[in-house]
Amino acid sequence: MELTTNWYLVLSVIVFSIGAVGLLVRRNPLVMFMSVELMLNSVNITFVALGADLNDVGGQVAVFFVLVVAAVEVVVGLALVVAINRRHPDATADDLSVLRG
Amino acid sequence: MSEVIVFLFAAAIILVGAIGVVASRNPVHSALFLVQTLLGVAVLFILQDAHFLAAVQIMVYAGAIVILFLFVIMLLGVDKTEDLEVEPIAGQRPLAAVVGAALLGVGLTVVLVAADGVTGARQSTGVGERALDNGATDVERLGRVLFSEYALAFEITAALLTIAVVGAVVLTRRVASADLLPDPEPGSLELPPLAPAIDEEEH
Repeated sequence: MELTTNWYLVLSVIVFSIGAVGLLVRRNPLVMFMSVELMLNSVNITFVALGADLNDVGGQVAVFFVLVVAAVEVVVGLALVVAINRRHPDATADDLSVLRG
Repeated sequence: MSEVIVFLFAAAIILVGAIGVVASRNPVHSALFLVQTLLGVAVLFILQDAHFLAAVQIMVYAGAIVILFLFVIMLLGVDKTEDLEVEPIAGQRPLAAVVGAALLGVGLTVVLVAADGVTGARQSTGVGERALDNGATDVERLGRVLFSEYALAFEITAALLTIAVVGAVVLTRRVASADLLPDPEPGSLELPPLAPAIDEEEH
């Protein structure tokens, strides 16, 4: 048996699906963020695998930028969670369904 | 063959961690399962000779992002567990399962059946500095490309990080007039009107 790019892509699809289901099912905003991280990581696997397949460093560069954006997203998202939680201590994602000030 | 074994071990670690993130009642357990997944992904990066990314993956993700998650969990109260038995929106679980199965099906179809049809024939392989087999070390290759071809994007990420830090400070800043709005009783799910909250933020 030989390790081909498809193995990585299949694993990536599975992890992405798990992350998407978690994002849809869970109501704790923190766990929803973790599910988003799962999805970002599955895409990172794809980038590196296809970059290796094409013998091009571009895939790794993309992963580098995805890492930065993931860090930024977590910082802003967790700041929002803290700000909301300060005012509504038991709020879940379902309680914040009204998109107004 | 040894590569296959390493891959299968890493894949098992990743999948167990991913399911654990989604299925854990306690957010702390979710965060720790997330660390497991991220370490598995780092192993896959090493397996593909992306050593720098593996190191960054562990430092930035497991070292910074998950710690930030844990920090916020501790800040908001570590004893909050979510009752996974309750389904607040009718039909949410089955619909989520359908969406997940659809994503899985479409993804696997694209990867396994239609891969060449979707992505087309291989257009090119890397040349010069971009090639992965040009004899340079992993860090050197990535650094050269990052600071030449992708220099503008790299600088923009610096601006993005600065904006994120400023945004986090602004969002979590305590406003002096916040006392005007009574804090809701802990445990009461009845939310006070959200309207006055924003007015204070704008000062």
